[in-house]
Amino acid sequence: MSHLQTTWLMAGGILALLVLASVLGAWLKLKVADGNPHSLIDSLNIRIRAWWAMTIAIGLALLVGRVGVLILFAFVSFTALREFLTVAPTRRGDHQALVMAFFIVLPFQYFLVGVEWYGMYSVFIPVYAFLFLPILSAVKSDARNFLERTGTIQWALMITVFCISHIPALLNLRIPGYDGRNVFLIVFLVLIIQSGDIFHHVCSRYFGRHQIAPQVSPNKTAEGFVGGTASAVVLGMLLSWMTPFSVTEAALVSLACTLMGFFGGLALSAMKRDRGVRDWGIMAEGYGMLDRVATVCVVAPVYFHIVRHWWSA
Amino acid sequence: MESTEICRRLVPEAISWALTRFTRLVTGAQARWIGCAPVPVQRVYFGNHNSHADFALIWASLPAELRRVTRPVAGADYWNASAIKRYIIHEVLHGVVIERSREDSAVEPVDVMAEALKAGGSLIVFPEGTRNTTDELLLPLKSGIYFLAQQCPQVEFVPVWMDNLGRLLPKGEIVPVPLLCSISFGTPLQLQPAEDKDSFIGRIRAALLATKESAQPGE
Repeated sequence: MSHLQTTWLMAGGILALLVLASVLGAWLKLKVADGNPHSLIDSLNIRIRAWWAMTIAIGLALLVGRVGVLILFAFVSFTALREFLTVAPTRRGDHQALVMAFFIVLPFQYFLVGVEWYGMYSVFIPVYAFLFLPILSAVKSDARNFLERTGTIQWALMITVFCISHIPALLNLRIPGYDGRNVFLIVFLVLIIQSGDIFHHVCSRYFGRHQIAPQVSPNKTAEGFVGGTASAVVLGMLLSWMTPFSVTEAALVSLACTLMGFFGGLALSAMKRDRGVRDWGIMAEGYGMLDRVATVCVVAPVYFHIVRHWWSA
Repeated sequence: MESTEICRRLVPEAISWALTRFTRLVTGAQARWIGCAPVPVQRVYFGNHNSHADFALIWASLPAELRRVTRPVAGADYWNASAIKRYIIHEVLHGVVIERSREDSAVEPVDVMAEALKAGGSLIVFPEGTRNTTDELLLPLKSGIYFLAQQCPQVEFVPVWMDNLGRLLPKGEIVPVPLLCSISFGTPLQLQPAEDKDSFIGRIRAALLATKESAQPGE
């Protein structure tokens, strides 16, 4: 399939799906919920609106090209970092570390991805930010809850900057026979994760009996896990034409991604619980950025390394 | 002559617009009117004080028509210190500047505030008197707000609780971090007939803490 055909097929397919989902959502709200609040239908509709926003944002970024994609995900990182650090237990002494995180570490990480310096963008935050930021806090001579404070700042950077930056980094991979089509790696990832998420939600709601970790995330059930994973794998196989993977490979990659997403998401939920908030975006009135991209975050580096190791030249 | 007149009027307007936008963008805060509505009633907004930005946030959170008649009360020692600060506080914010230390002032600060209220405006005050840099929620409140209420008993006193601003720009720091802040307006209270100082100050304090509680996002 030519590049142009793939693009049109994908754009048309996604738009058709979104329109279908919006119509279905509106119909459910009107007929099933009678226009009244309904937890499942309302959360479906919130997700559908978020997909529209996501699709439009990604579409515009792709039109601009590589720089557009970098700027889009840098903005996603910024917003998510803001939400994460808003509920972090930092103290006055951490101010300079926070300033560094927002205004130096974040832009520099995206700069490194932009200049395709793989050796540096894969260690900059895990090694250099990790070692350097606690020093800025320590010189303020306030040791109270120090480990918790610095640990939270590091986790915030890892999840919201390091992990998310691996999505635009997919554009850096050189895959033989796949030139100029790397953006579909991003689209594939987002589609797999988002649909796995929605199927998980629906299966949990209708068949969910066994909660996996009720104290951490009451909505995650074994039934939802099976349904979400299975449907993501099937979707991955159906979408293999947009990837460098064969159908079997697409199934395996999708399986790895949904497994990582499910359990990684569980760990992020536990952090959220620990901070005493229901949603990361609680301060922003409604659903936040991090609530939407949390699963994609934890999957992105793993997906990146799978593709890099087995497919890139 | 005419062009200087235009400058005198437009420049403060432009700075005020920019300041409002900037504050809303950096703090990400949306005003929550929990205990009252943003209506043009003469009020004293009293808030917790953690940061210089408190000032700007309350002011930026008011709708434009209320902002025009609401004057922040500010300490002369800080705001008269440089030409830029003087310009901002007088021409842009239309602040009521008071002397915080009693010795170098001929008039009582409370009288200056009461005069501003009698002229018809609303006020923004910080009853803690100075920025709170401790781990406590509130410093002990100054009694000025009671004497102000005595002089203007018909005025509504509206509690305002701001979260996270102290983390956004702690005292002594220059670069703000863009953490999300929140600002909530609580239930107004008025001085009761024959109410004494301790009772009123106690209610002011309780109203601030109640506003904080009602603003909690919760589980």
